[in-house]
Amino acid sequence: MLSTPMSADPLGRQVAAPILSVRELCVDFKLEHGIVRAVDGVSFDVRRGEVLGIVGESGSGKSQILMAAMGLTAVNGKCSGSVTFEGREILNASPEKLDKIRGSSMSMIFQDPMTSLNPYMRVQDQLAEVLTAHQGKSRKEAIDIAVEMLERVRIPDAARRISLYPHEFSGGMRQRVMIAMALLCRPALLFADEPTTALDVTVQAQILDLLSNLVRDLNAAVVIVTHDLGVIARMCDRVMVLYGGRVMEEAAIDDLFEAPRHPYSQGLMAATPRLDDDVAHDLRTIPGAPRALTGKMGGCPFAPRCERRIERCTIETPALLRGAGGRAAACHLVTP
Amino acid sequence: MSEALLSVKDLKVHFPLGKGLLGGAGGVVKAVDGISFDLRPGETLGIVGESGCGKSTLGRAILRLTRTTEGQVVWLGQDFLGLDKNSLREARRDLQIIFQDPLASLDPRMTIGAIIARPLKTFCPDLGKAEIDKRVKEAMAQVGLAPEMMRRYPHEFSGGQCQRIGIARAMILRPKLIVCDEPVSALDVSIQAQIINLLRTLQAELGLSLLFISHNLSVVRHISHRVMVLYLGKVMEIGAREAFYANPMHPYSKALISAIPLPDPKAERARERITLQGDLPSPIKPPEGCRFCTRCPIATELCHASEPPLSPRADGRLVACHHA
Repeated sequence: MLSTPMSADPLGRQVAAPILSVRELCVDFKLEHGIVRAVDGVSFDVRRGEVLGIVGESGSGKSQILMAAMGLTAVNGKCSGSVTFEGREILNASPEKLDKIRGSSMSMIFQDPMTSLNPYMRVQDQLAEVLTAHQGKSRKEAIDIAVEMLERVRIPDAARRISLYPHEFSGGMRQRVMIAMALLCRPALLFADEPTTALDVTVQAQILDLLSNLVRDLNAAVVIVTHDLGVIARMCDRVMVLYGGRVMEEAAIDDLFEAPRHPYSQGLMAATPRLDDDVAHDLRTIPGAPRALTGKMGGCPFAPRCERRIERCTIETPALLRGAGGRAAACHLVTP
Repeated sequence: MSEALLSVKDLKVHFPLGKGLLGGAGGVVKAVDGISFDLRPGETLGIVGESGCGKSTLGRAILRLTRTTEGQVVWLGQDFLGLDKNSLREARRDLQIIFQDPLASLDPRMTIGAIIARPLKTFCPDLGKAEIDKRVKEAMAQVGLAPEMMRRYPHEFSGGQCQRIGIARAMILRPKLIVCDEPVSALDVSIQAQIINLLRTLQAELGLSLLFISHNLSVVRHISHRVMVLYLGKVMEIGAREAFYANPMHPYSKALISAIPLPDPKAERARERITLQGDLPSPIKPPEGCRFCTRCPIATELCHASEPPLSPRADGRLVACHHA
């Protein structure tokens, strides 16, 4: 095994070099009525053993970041900036080059297992393909490893059920198959796009437990995209709050939940109903609706809904300023 | 305690399965299998449970949007399921529904003014155009929509605004009961909070009764006076909100509450979680005895052998468990 490359953090301490580095990532989509910028200058790093959460509402661009990194941006989309995996540039790389990384050291769990698994293929063929295509295993070897992985994601009677088709599994079991498929190649980097949103809450609890144990065993770097602050609190070490394609705030998980600094992070938390808050009063809301995707706008994307907005917010886009303890915020009124 | 507005007695909705071209096994899905409860005027009852528990079917059966197999629905003292076509139509003025998918529940070819006016035109055909316009504008203002928007079409609105349109349509006849079927599940968190607050306000100001169907227990806590937990077509527990959330009694209620990820990392780490094993059993072949026994952490032989009745506890709650 190669030793992990080291680099220095802003305080001069030696830390593991990031496995994934995203710099000034922009994703533009060409639509009938013009160009829409879904991701607007997003930068972040992830290291092995670290779980980064990306939280945001619809249209925040959170899923498009993962799609761009995986080389799965839709044909009408254009990505710019830089995404490096273990130091190699992978943004806009050729499918041949990406295929060497995807499915061997980088994989993804999608939200909807029914539409991401091939309905015409038995589960064993879909799983074995990962290993025969990427690791040159024989079919028999591949199926043995796949059965073992299905057992690890606790699918009962895995040796028999591996020969079934996806529709013969329940929703929770299908999501386990997806997780098994993503972990088969023992990835160093795992993306999960709303991995439990389609599941019932008791099944979600099982899947989240399973996922945390498996990624801990693999010492993988993980990026989880979700709209659910509960999932973030449960799974992540660090979190990035996204709005209108831009990072509003970034912080270690405890810091963000204890004292969110950006008005949007504050609003999002106050609007989330909890099991222990006061029900005598109304929930706090954020006025208006998430930004409709309409081309480039000047100023802070959250300004139209921000209660603390000043004139400057509508003219000048605030930069993401980095402060102490790995905190960062993009707001004219807040010091990170 | 005031007289019940709605009284549901041992309601059953069974769907027979077709034999199918390939000679499928047939059988019956018991989506709702003997549910009873009362709803008082001005009360909100939260109906919670996971997919396949029968919560939406129950809501639809109460409104007669789905045929019931057995049981009674008593609405304002009359046998609602026995009403003939004309009386049913008349009674339905007071019963409305809000759907989960806000855009899909609005006709894309109608302006939102026409959509909101539709119930009024159906039930009050003698109203003049000016009066209808006036009432539509009132209803729009009530749900926080600018009345100038009445000539626009549904696709021009966001999800949250579409749900407001659906609420205005449900409110315009001043109904006594609204069945809300997962009204906020498709909405973003910041919009969800707006709609919950709106329903709370309307409920309090107009003395409406709501059946609030949702899989989200944190949302239900914010809007309901009482909570009813369903599992595979049966009531597991029903009780007042405060008591239920402070001390859920049924092992399934406990597991449901414990499974919700809390938006608080420290509380999450400190928490002892009950994780249920396995998935929901198929509603075609529910387990013998207690329906929850296959996943219950405290199930005994008794639970596999006999079904526990829904029985009253000290604080007025009803719980269906041999061991709670």
